Amino acid sequence: MEPSAASRGLGTLLGRAAEAVYAFVMGLLGLVVEPLQRLLGVRRMPWVFLLPNLSIFGLFVLFPVFLNLYVSLTGGTQLFPQDRPFVGLANYERLFDCGSYADPNSCVEDRFWRAVRNTTTFVVFQVGGMVLVSLVTAVVLNRRIRFRSFFRSVYFYPVLLSPVVVALIWKWILQRDGALNALLIGVGLEPVNFLLDGRWAMTWVIVVSVWAHMGFYTLILLAGLQSIPAELYDAAAIDGADGWRTFRSVTLPLLMPTMMVVLVLALIRAVQTFDEVYVLTGGGPGTATMMIVQYIYQTGFATQVQRFGLAAAASVLLGLVLLVATLVQLRVGRRTEGHLA
Amino acid sequence: MSVGAFLTRRRGRCGPDVSDVLTYAYLAVGVIVMFGPVAWLVLSSFKTPAGLVEFPPSLLPMAPLTAEVEGYDRPLPLYDVTLPDGTTARLAQVRRVGLEAQMVDPDDPGEVLRVPVADRTEVRSLQFRFENYTEPLQRFNFLTYLKNSVFVTVTATLITLVVNSMAAFALAKYRFRGRNAVFLVILGTLMIPLSVVLVPVYLVIMQVGWVNNLWGVIIPGAATPTGVFLLRQYMLTIPDELMDAARMDGASEWRIYWQVVLPLAAPALAVLAIFSVMWRWNDFLWPLIVLTRSEYFTLQVGLNAFQGELNVQWHYVLAMTVLTLLPITLVFSFLQRFITTGVASTGVKG
Repeated sequence: MEPSAASRGLGTLLGRAAEAVYAFVMGLLGLVVEPLQRLLGVRRMPWVFLLPNLSIFGLFVLFPVFLNLYVSLTGGTQLFPQDRPFVGLANYERLFDCGSYADPNSCVEDRFWRAVRNTTTFVVFQVGGMVLVSLVTAVVLNRRIRFRSFFRSVYFYPVLLSPVVVALIWKWILQRDGALNALLIGVGLEPVNFLLDGRWAMTWVIVVSVWAHMGFYTLILLAGLQSIPAELYDAAAIDGADGWRTFRSVTLPLLMPTMMVVLVLALIRAVQTFDEVYVLTGGGPGTATMMIVQYIYQTGFATQVQRFGLAAAASVLLGLVLLVATLVQLRVGRRTEGHLA
Repeated sequence: MSVGAFLTRRRGRCGPDVSDVLTYAYLAVGVIVMFGPVAWLVLSSFKTPAGLVEFPPSLLPMAPLTAEVEGYDRPLPLYDVTLPDGTTARLAQVRRVGLEAQMVDPDDPGEVLRVPVADRTEVRSLQFRFENYTEPLQRFNFLTYLKNSVFVTVTATLITLVVNSMAAFALAKYRFRGRNAVFLVILGTLMIPLSVVLVPVYLVIMQVGWVNNLWGVIIPGAATPTGVFLLRQYMLTIPDELMDAARMDGASEWRIYWQVVLPLAAPALAVLAIFSVMWRWNDFLWPLIVLTRSEYFTLQVGLNAFQGELNVQWHYVLAMTVLTLLPITLVFSFLQRFITTGVASTGVKG
């Protein structure tokens, strides 16, 4: 559709206004930065440009890492680190104080071990399921189909939804009088109170999470598939390889690097799962779907007694797990030089 | 046609075959599974409270038709009634007594008819209840939540763009001692997600005095390693000669940054802006920790608090959920190609 002259005029007007605002704001900031250049010289200017970024990084990322280590070694309920008594490794000892690691009931911090167990279950099935579904979807999208970009967007759309929205959409479907139970009754099955039954709740938490995030991994796998040169398929066809054989000996090996990246990325994110699960089930029923980040959040922030030391110790442990996963990713990434940043 | 052929074939040779049918079947199921839940949410959000507790639920927001009848304070529900003489009429129900209903003709309210319940059916029509959207904005704090969310999203995105592009400019366009070290440190912080440093960042925010303050939500995430990386890689492709020419003309470094380099980096800035809008609009865990008083809640936190109340008012919750997903959906529907290629080429999660 041709934009009308009026709307085009409005467009230019808005564009001019935006430019004027941009020039004004940047000029204003220049009043601060330009004297610095006269004062410090051009050679030190890069540091001036880096300053805002590095101060935010320093204050809200780097410093907290060390503060976290320190807080994890302190006890008590005082808020400010300087008021907190130093207790050495007591928090870590408390976290690991178990009769038997297989049985959360025998642990002093049984909630921590339940969270560890739930997170492990979640990670194994969510990551496994997601990689599988994403791979199949990417292969389908890579075929010669009409409306590819539309279908690609369909699978990607839920990725953009907020975790709260995702959880509420599914809570509405899964509740006792919800659409899913209506469907079950429609085909003659018994209705289930999905979110109030521990096993069902965990199953749905995993399914919902795969639903919400698979589009992202599909997109990356699709890019990987599209980077496989067509000549290889032609060569395989000339050699008389059938479809399944071509998939096994051409597609899969060449897609492996991308698969590894996807696997590790999905793993790192699954370990940190919190929002969707928290809104969907609140970690319940009981503690059946409580994940490790929820344990940290509740121990540190959502109880009457804010046990920052214990929460910090648990997050240090979580950080170690993520560090290992990231190092694996870096190794994989270096080996493959994939298209990923 | 084997499963294997289905997996690898890229070109249909002659007409549709089994594998094409399977492909489109998979895609059709995909559309239902991915869009269905969202569509169900939107349809449900227009139902009346009575329509929401209906079981089994109706697909569309159907509600009983009512009519204003002279002499009665409230609108009365309408029924199609089969009269004893075999004709049907549309009557309004005054009240129901056991198996009998007292009904009146809306056009002639003087006479009350007694009709057996079995002889009448409710008249239902498609009705969109827009009050689900307007009432929570007036009666509850949702307008405040909306304002807070918009403020956080816009301010944080602007700050993110400026702060990260400045750092990227320094790292891409100058040679100085320590440049690589700084770049490595910034990239290294990619490994430190917020969930690992919740407690200490909260303590810092506490010291600064930003608890229950929107700035406490905005600033900690403003410097993103992803943003610096994205912008730096793009700025590397901008030729240095342009800067030298500007310097020749006596432009300051700051002028070179905002008048020469930034306009040329617009595509990368646009990608970062879109990501930032989505991160901020959807952000949940950190606002949940920093904001504890409801007048500072963002939409996500407010929505979560509202749905967690003892008696969930689903008709409001669903409508507010739609309102929350609307901006992102609009952005996506206009920029979908841009976003999907951006994600695929950077590996950044939206």
